Amino acid sequence: MFRFLLRRIALIIPTFIGVTFLSFVLIHLVPGDPIEVRFGERGIKPERLAELRHAAGLDRPLWEQFLAYENQVAHFNLGESVTTHNPVWQEFLTLFPATVELSLCAILFAIIVGLPLGVIAAVKRGSPFDYGLMGLSVTGASMPIFWWGLMMILIFSVGLGWTPVSGRISDAFYIEPWTGFMLIDAWFSDDAGAVQSAFSHLILPTIVLGTIPLATVARMTRSSMLEVLGEDFIRTARAKGLSGFRVVVIHALRNALIPVVTVIGLQVGTLLGGAILTETIFSWPGVGHWLIESIQRRDYPVLQGGTLLVATLAIVVNLGVDLTYGVLNPRIRR
Amino acid sequence: MKKSIVAAACAVALGLTLGAAATAQAKTLVYCSEGSPENFNPMINTTGTTFDANRPIYNRLLEFKLGTTEVGPGLAESWEISPDAKVFTFHLRKNANWHSSKTFKPSRPANADDVIFSFERQWKDTNPYHKVSGGGYDYFGDMDMPALLQSIEKVDDYTVKITLKEPNTPFLADLAMDFASIQSKEYADALLKSGHPEQIDQEPIGTGPFEFVAYQKDTSIRFKKFDGYWGPKAKIDTLVFAITKDPAVRLAKLNAGECQMAPYPTPADLPSIKANAKLQLLSQSGLNIGYLAFNNLKKPFDDVRVRRALSMAIDKKAILEAVYQGAGQPAKNLIPPTLWGYNNSVVDYPYDPAAAKKLLAEAGLPDGFETDLWAMPVQRPYNPDAKRIGELMQADLAKIGVKAKIVSYEWGEYRKRAQNAEGQMVQLGWTGDNGDPDNFFVPLAGCNSEGKPAGNNIAKWCNKEFQDAVNKAATLPNQADRAKLYEQAQAIMHDQAPFYFIAHSVVYLPMAKNVSGFKMSPLGDHRFDEVDVQ
Repeated sequence: MFRFLLRRIALIIPTFIGVTFLSFVLIHLVPGDPIEVRFGERGIKPERLAELRHAAGLDRPLWEQFLAYENQVAHFNLGESVTTHNPVWQEFLTLFPATVELSLCAILFAIIVGLPLGVIAAVKRGSPFDYGLMGLSVTGASMPIFWWGLMMILIFSVGLGWTPVSGRISDAFYIEPWTGFMLIDAWFSDDAGAVQSAFSHLILPTIVLGTIPLATVARMTRSSMLEVLGEDFIRTARAKGLSGFRVVVIHALRNALIPVVTVIGLQVGTLLGGAILTETIFSWPGVGHWLIESIQRRDYPVLQGGTLLVATLAIVVNLGVDLTYGVLNPRIRR
Repeated sequence: MKKSIVAAACAVALGLTLGAAATAQAKTLVYCSEGSPENFNPMINTTGTTFDANRPIYNRLLEFKLGTTEVGPGLAESWEISPDAKVFTFHLRKNANWHSSKTFKPSRPANADDVIFSFERQWKDTNPYHKVSGGGYDYFGDMDMPALLQSIEKVDDYTVKITLKEPNTPFLADLAMDFASIQSKEYADALLKSGHPEQIDQEPIGTGPFEFVAYQKDTSIRFKKFDGYWGPKAKIDTLVFAITKDPAVRLAKLNAGECQMAPYPTPADLPSIKANAKLQLLSQSGLNIGYLAFNNLKKPFDDVRVRRALSMAIDKKAILEAVYQGAGQPAKNLIPPTLWGYNNSVVDYPYDPAAAKKLLAEAGLPDGFETDLWAMPVQRPYNPDAKRIGELMQADLAKIGVKAKIVSYEWGEYRKRAQNAEGQMVQLGWTGDNGDPDNFFVPLAGCNSEGKPAGNNIAKWCNKEFQDAVNKAATLPNQADRAKLYEQAQAIMHDQAPFYFIAHSVVYLPMAKNVSGFKMSPLGDHRFDEVDVQ
């Protein structure tokens, strides 16, 4: 197990270098640099542009800039934003809890709703419920998030007035960020209204961000359950006279969960990708929102640092999933 | 652990009743702003978003009177200009109190030291704050301050004397611009001592009608009414900027009552806003111009007959109807009609393809010619859809035999290439900064004494008669005299047709019916000094 762990960790280093290289190359392929982008129609005098580019190190050859960046990252320094001049780390840590809060709620929603639906579809295989659910899950998985988000806002917020349109909490409340998780901070503010407001602001973004993982979890649970339900030990369990519920939930579901857990782990990428759009639609101040803006402003340090941190997260979660899987299924370790 | 806490919180909150808890508090105005400010220093940043976020906090020596481009008293109660228009003496008011915060309690009101500090921070690299927050005082440089300023002196605690190297009357309007905001020297000194100078631009202290309370990136900015304000006190107690980048979401929030003002609506939403009984829609001609520049350095655009022919070949009315959809007014001059000095006697070129074709034949091009037509890749305040406008122009020009190919580049690249005169017909535009006509004529059509066009003069058009009129206007102290010269300059420009003027956009501001006292600014900024909520 220890060697397996070491091997997996050793693989992370080239992945990091690859991620920094790709994000560096891609952002430099986009025309314009952070200095030029700052000036609208007004433009900038060539000598001033040269001076500012020199100060920011942008006049050095690309390979030199890349090596300098790698060196900086190796010393755990991600630089500072060229627009706000705050350290990238600090901005990431301020915004990240919002993304985590939303992503956790979205994945919880996907699991709480998706698992039972998948199980029922598997048990009632071939029934109208099964077909209906699978049809819906294909629709859910292929739903464009921005459209889905705007539709939800139009129906539930503007039309019916049930949920707020955007943001994390009503502007009537000012909650001092303590943990950065609005639900928790609101909870500690001892104001029931604030908790209610924070919760109601989470509903639509959670549903929108959770839709694709929900569809994936439901489909995966269904197929995994179908496979397990056909196994001999299930037949044995039924032959022993166990109740249908016990057979399905205790015997089948437990075994069917292994691939589902893997799929849930792999949803982290989908969630972070989806969070970028969901956060933009719902003015949710998380890292997705932040990264999009850094592209528009060609804020190289934020974009490169942010991408690296998000990639680190995805790598760590995937490593976690691999290790869990290694524990559950020792054959993998070889 | 965190996961379990969040899960628990989610689960407990499930039991709560659904529905927004937007309990309206007395005298709180929520403004759905369009973005996050870079920081709280309008000297360093150049975006309208940052300026709006800073305007409640800071004052300048002079202020634009609410809803106008007219310059009036600010921190300076009165001022004198020397007869040669080079020495400006400002008398500061004695009751301009500084805000306070958890870490700073001011010991005195604003005085000459603060004014000198604020200018020297931008001007002199020996100032300890010059490089703080990245330095780079773009506006200060753009308005030619380093070339213009000779000295800034303290006459006494409440008198400041600014001497210029050459006469320049538009300078007064520059002083009312955001980059000329005044910061506290006392606060700056205290922060320098504590080793955190950058805080001056993050936890701002100003003399404006609202005090800064808190900022959460991409979420909100909160201000509270400043009771020690020298001018009329604000009517609202709390001002919140709810940062909402998507225009559709801003409008949805306004409809849902989550904010009371939502700027920059999309033209397509205007009819539904007008029809909504709960909302009011303010409008104001924008201080801007969208144009098509003919590159005078390239053939055949060096021939005035060709430029006039093309000006008659394009159907402006169709462009305004199709693209601006009511959010624009046809332009016939470089400056908008809201600006003083506007020459209304200029008669725009009529849409007359037959006459255009005839004129083109006279210029030796009876069969037309091939050219390129540039369209910006981005939406701008003065031009909502350059590609669509390009297509409409292309169709019109084809009727007189001119085959135009639409060209576009990434926005930064586009501007750079346009400034390098690479295009033949280039769409671009301008938004005025300070309500002085000089701020349009000099950057967009100015040339130096050797006849070299300014960088933003993308038509690369230099005309001595025009230049003389504009240069002379900048040295006269009397506005009426200046206006006459600018009118003359517009007549010359119309005759020479270096640009095809498309439109001045109309800026709309939807807000809730219960908001009063807001005046739209021709400068495009948003000020909450007199706003009230019922």
